[in-house]
Amino acid sequence: MLSSRLHDLTRLPLAYALQQLINGLTLGMVYGLIAVGYSLVYGIVGMINFAHGDVFMVGSFLALIALLAFGGFPVPLALALALLVTLALCGLLGFAIERVAYRPLNRSHRLAPLISAIGVSIVLQNAMQLLQGARMKPIAPVIGGGMNLLTQGSFAARLSYAQLAIIGVTLLVLAGASLLIRRTDLGRAMRAVEQDRMMAALLGIDTGRTISLAFVLGAALAGIAGLMFLVYYGVIDFFMGFEAGIKAFTAAVLGGIGSIEGAVLGGLLIGLIETFWSGYGSAAYKDAAAFSVLILVLMFRPQGLLGQKTAEKV
Amino acid sequence: MMPLLEIEDVCLRFGGVTALDRVSFAIARGKIAALIGPNGAGKTSLFNCITGFYRPTSGVVRLRDGDGTRELQLMAQTEIAAQARLARSFQNIRLFGAMSCLENLLVAQYRRHAPGALPSVLGLRRARAREMAAVERGRALLARFGLETVADDRADSLPYGAQRRLEIARALASEPVLLCLDEPAAGLNEHESAALAERLEGLRADGLSVLLIEHDMGLVMRIADQVIVLDQGRKIADGPPAQVKHDPKVIAAYLGEET
Repeated sequence: MLSSRLHDLTRLPLAYALQQLINGLTLGMVYGLIAVGYSLVYGIVGMINFAHGDVFMVGSFLALIALLAFGGFPVPLALALALLVTLALCGLLGFAIERVAYRPLNRSHRLAPLISAIGVSIVLQNAMQLLQGARMKPIAPVIGGGMNLLTQGSFAARLSYAQLAIIGVTLLVLAGASLLIRRTDLGRAMRAVEQDRMMAALLGIDTGRTISLAFVLGAALAGIAGLMFLVYYGVIDFFMGFEAGIKAFTAAVLGGIGSIEGAVLGGLLIGLIETFWSGYGSAAYKDAAAFSVLILVLMFRPQGLLGQKTAEKV
Repeated sequence: MMPLLEIEDVCLRFGGVTALDRVSFAIARGKIAALIGPNGAGKTSLFNCITGFYRPTSGVVRLRDGDGTRELQLMAQTEIAAQARLARSFQNIRLFGAMSCLENLLVAQYRRHAPGALPSVLGLRRARAREMAAVERGRALLARFGLETVADDRADSLPYGAQRRLEIARALASEPVLLCLDEPAAGLNEHESAALAERLEGLRADGLSVLLIEHDMGLVMRIADQVIVLDQGRKIADGPPAQVKHDPKVIAAYLGEET
């Protein structure tokens, strides 16, 4: 089998590589969307929200339920409705997580909210297992079809419409989030609170509301990522938030935690590394490859690719 | 006319140390009041009591503005900033360094003039109009402080003197009823210090009330309407600069008892 694959690779290098690139970008977009949420919350409160991966999982289940509920509608409309439902409910979940697990511990030891976030993660996983069962949930392909980009011999590099939709919607969503952060008063307030919370409060900014917004925005993005994942892979389960969360966290650290652009870049890199490693090496070690890159980055550029060097906040 | 700010018998103790000992004075609306005194006299402590960073051990800090009278010693410092509209600058610069100069001023207008996120993302006309108005106000303030050419530069890329000016501009952008400046001329050269004096006089002409801590006596004597002198936590003089300058107690505090 190995020899036939090597034979393929030497015969059709370009189409095969192009296919890996497309797959890697798609996966990277999903990681990037989740990673932005880690970065947003870390940037503003300096805490890793360990429940974030499970918000993504909840988003996937919400999307599944919504897609089944809107099954009678035309596909684009059903998807749009599912997107809105997932976005809104996950945003609400992010709001609740901030209220329950972060705000009451705001003034206590800095590790306390970290632990409570892990608690939320356990609660979400178990709640979903109780509500939806422990089995994998499959869904029939929602977006079918695709286009051949490059055919070499028997191998065609194919961009499926699902991948196209994921890449397109993610770019749109990220552009919107970036606009919100860069150009609106709320985004400015978020950046101000991130840089000097006390000074922002003294200038009349409601820091509590601003922190809450970071959680809501991050959770909404994770929800969208959940929908994407469902549409792309067609199978979800209650435990999937763990692995995706760790990968996206790796992406956020790789890109420079606290930086939105860094999170997207890190997500794309992790997605590409995983895919190319599986494509040219062994799928069994794809996670090891992604995490090795993280270790290398942490050794030689601890602030991440786009992160700013900062002193430890005390 | 009722005074804008009244300090009544304010005491501040840290354990056995008395930082402020029954300090009382009042400052008038539309004037520049200066708080001076040797190092360790309690100037910044008093500032912190007024702006809510410290809570006085006893005493009253009363602010009267259009909406009535507030007792600041009962309020949290964010409430003082937001409701009593008291703006302060710090001895060390605390700009939002990674944001542009203009953005620093927009942040300060957030509470009073923010259009809200949803309307601004959707680009609603009213939100856009408010944003434009905030930008307009920001640019006008920048121009007033000679910063119009660096409006879009990162705040931390400015030279020191310009950063200090930006701090005052940002404090003004929140439309305060009282502007509290902690050593605004510290680190400025003579030329910059004179320009600062002119700007502060301009603000007073517009009706703004200013309370400042300052070591630069030339500046204080030139622009202050009222000078309050603290020494070892006590008020030792209070009056127009010409009078305070010749007060024997003030001279003794600055030069030592023997004189």
